[in-house]
Amino acid sequence: MSTQVNITTITPQQEALDFEVRSLDTMCVNESHMHHPWWYNFKYAAVGLIFGVVFVKAEIISWFRIQEMFRLQSFHMYGVIGTAVVVGIISVWLIKKFKVKTIHGEAIEFHPKKFNKGQIYGGLLFGLGWAVTGACPGPLFAQIGTGALVISVVVLSAIAGTWTYGYFRDKLPH
Amino acid sequence: MIEMLKQPWPWYVAGAIIGLIVPALLLLGNKHFGISANLRHACAACFPSNIKFFKYDWKKEIWNFFFVGGIFAGAIIAAQLLANPDPVVVHPELAAELKSYGITDNSNLLPAELFSLQSLFSIRGLIMLVGGGFLVGFGARYAGGCTSGHAIMGLSDLQWPSLVATIMFMVGGFAMANFILPSILKLTI
Repeated sequence: MSTQVNITTITPQQEALDFEVRSLDTMCVNESHMHHPWWYNFKYAAVGLIFGVVFVKAEIISWFRIQEMFRLQSFHMYGVIGTAVVVGIISVWLIKKFKVKTIHGEAIEFHPKKFNKGQIYGGLLFGLGWAVTGACPGPLFAQIGTGALVISVVVLSAIAGTWTYGYFRDKLPH
Repeated sequence: MIEMLKQPWPWYVAGAIIGLIVPALLLLGNKHFGISANLRHACAACFPSNIKFFKYDWKKEIWNFFFVGGIFAGAIIAAQLLANPDPVVVHPELAAELKSYGITDNSNLLPAELFSLQSLFSIRGLIMLVGGGFLVGFGARYAGGCTSGHAIMGLSDLQWPSLVATIMFMVGGFAMANFILPSILKLTI
């Protein structure tokens, strides 16, 4: 099954000119050819719900846990991320090996990520921000859920940061 | 049982469940685990401003908004029904260091001295909330993903560029927490 690429404004020619516009992140890959009612998306909300509970109960969204991680004062976060990666590697390996399909019978696809300097510079900037806020993007939303409403300011600022990157993208080294 | 669930969950339980989100999203609809893309979709939906990077059909990525909505709802449930009645345990060395900056509140997952509406009106709070958020959003997109997209999904698929990004996340985090953040936390204005 070939993946039909459909972006309204970016033609394949433009895409070739604009390096890696798609593979720089996960957007618009693996589009389904099926047309499901919109409420089918609640299956992803269900997965997110479990994720949100774990975020809070394992204190992954705690500023204290992140500070301890970067000061090598606690194993907790290394254990969480390490276990998640091991489970993820085994899962992806099994899916590839047995060519497992989605619950709707579509093939599961993987796309190799291409290296660019953004992973170095951007990664460094992200790390700096991560240690300040004590949260990466997922936990930010969970923090608001626990009642820390001021974190909405952090989210808005993160959206502003994303927009600024998009604005200056052509001038940044990649 | 409920009493046990209210205590902080161990890392191996959390890590295993988070790891299982990778195949769950793949099996449910061929979706790759990633959260910071939402910030890009928000830009594309609200302020595309004729920037090529934000001109795409964000509605095709709407599943990710549902995913994040679920995270938000899950956090509400955990905070309302499964809240830990005890203060957050903080490593004694960290607690002592924070005390020297006047940060002593560990009754919640986030110290109130830094993460509250009042702190928005201090230089320290402004730098941390607005500056920190900006770096997270800018850096995640520049790197092509955040902790979920690179450190979990990318590494699960054995993508070496994701390993580079993950290493740089850690380098940045170590540098900030140990060398830069102390100077910011010292600001009492």
